[in-house]
Amino acid sequence: MASPAYTLTELMAVVAAREIKDGEVVFAGTGLPMLGVMLAQRTHAPHCVIIFEAGTVASELAHLPMSVGDPRAMRRAATAAGLMEVFTYVLQAGRVDVGFLSGAQVDRFGNINSTSIGRNPRHPSVRFSGSGGACDIACLAKRTVIIAKHEARRFPEKVDYITSPGWLKGGTSRRDAGLVRGGPEAVVTTMGVMRFRPKTKAAYLASFHPGLTPGSVAKATGFALDTKGAVETPAPTPGELRILREEVDPEGIFLG
Amino acid sequence: MSGKMTDLHRAASLVPDGATISFGGFTIQRHPMAFVYELIRLGKRNLYLFGHSPGGDWDLLIGAGSVKRVELAYEADEAFNTVGPRWRRAVERGEIEWEDYSNFSMVARFTAGAMGIPFMPVRSLLGSDVLAKKALTSSQRRSDSRTSPKKAHVMTSPFNPGERVVLVPAIQTDFAVLHVQKATDGGTVRIEGQTFADVQQAMCARTVIVTAEEIVEEDALRLEPERNPIPNFAVTHVCHVPFGAHPYAVFHYYDYDPLQLKEYHEGARDDATFRRYLDKYVTGVKDHAEYLEAIGGRTRLETLKASPSLGYSPDLKRRRL
Repeated sequence: MASPAYTLTELMAVVAAREIKDGEVVFAGTGLPMLGVMLAQRTHAPHCVIIFEAGTVASELAHLPMSVGDPRAMRRAATAAGLMEVFTYVLQAGRVDVGFLSGAQVDRFGNINSTSIGRNPRHPSVRFSGSGGACDIACLAKRTVIIAKHEARRFPEKVDYITSPGWLKGGTSRRDAGLVRGGPEAVVTTMGVMRFRPKTKAAYLASFHPGLTPGSVAKATGFALDTKGAVETPAPTPGELRILREEVDPEGIFLG
Repeated sequence: MSGKMTDLHRAASLVPDGATISFGGFTIQRHPMAFVYELIRLGKRNLYLFGHSPGGDWDLLIGAGSVKRVELAYEADEAFNTVGPRWRRAVERGEIEWEDYSNFSMVARFTAGAMGIPFMPVRSLLGSDVLAKKALTSSQRRSDSRTSPKKAHVMTSPFNPGERVVLVPAIQTDFAVLHVQKATDGGTVRIEGQTFADVQQAMCARTVIVTAEEIVEEDALRLEPERNPIPNFAVTHVCHVPFGAHPYAVFHYYDYDPLQLKEYHEGARDDATFRRYLDKYVTGVKDHAEYLEAIGGRTRLETLKASPSLGYSPDLKRRRL
């Protein structure tokens, strides 16, 4: 098979962008979500609003930030304040349509671990950065999209630590915990896109990336993955690739 | 020197071992790095740090052995390194005590302290292990008044039994240290760009030390008081420290320094090379002026200069360094 004319990062950025609808308020984190939201703004969602938790609202990015607190996030922002303003008036009040999240482990109910590996968090074998705003976004955005590297150990039956609550134990457990809205809509991985069954809230494979099969994705997943009805992920269009490479990340900050 | 002006050495000397302290900024912008370097030169020990998303300010202090306990949401330089290397090692080796929160809950805690109320309700954390699990033991909490006796408390709304909130305890620290764009010797402060949680952190601290890129006349800032977010009487000390956040960015002044951050993150991977970094740039230099020479002086700093229209350097080389 001829090697595709795009990289995995490019494919994932395009898939992430397609999760954003025009006019939505988007809470974006560093890396792939920034590529996705900048691409969405330049294609099908010109009126989407980018919120960065460090304090900016409606940035019109000209250069990719390397942090949600990067001075680049200030470019043509409509408002700049601090974390409290964004977390209370924007996120907690229910004004964020979609938030992007990532982590070291994701389980079948879309719970995410970005804190530590090991059963006892007081004595972890590996420590990560910690929640940052991820737990808050997971709790309070109307829906979330998770970005993750697809390996069996990163998709365990149960995450070691729920930094960011997804559908918790499935069913109505998220609502029962007292969370007023939200929950994961999709997991965009290096192998495909998972979504969640409406009633059980268990993950299923919605699409597998070109060159892969549903079976190969299931094999790289630590929990039993329902692949019924999975289709191939639509490839990026030449237009999307051109905008990504020439307008969104010409420096190769995240595209490499 | 007049009014509240002092120098970095005197200001950092105010901090006793065992103090509770928070630093302004967010991951890669506006940390009071020059102040942090001076704390390390002074050999401070057993500090209690409170923060939402610190970066290398905490990583250096932790690596230097200055820190006993931290309460935080995140510690990393984001795209430069997704976890602070010294923070990671300290946790994995059991060399530090910590408690995890989220950014919102930490900022809510600073806000409660700044407002003079004992706690703040938030709708976040429910269902998470950030709420359910505790890194500090109850005896560690009970035996030390610098830490809240309880991590968080879930409460049903007294006005609607169907609504649940999480109460997070107020933070009040001995010190807050901010690095800002402009200040006056009277303690008037101008923050340009994102304010992060600097205002709340300042207002919940007993002593507020501000380091500033520029010291300006009162008249200059009082023309637009709506842009000066901190009551001037709350600021106790002001230091003039150009490039005081290096290697991190200061909006409108200079960008972050990718070369220096690369050197830090490569060095901080293991103990010996971290020691060499610390010696070369912190303990082995006399003051911030010598530090700025050690990192490459005017030639290096010139490459970071912010464009007046954008507030950062659009031509900064950030990849393939």
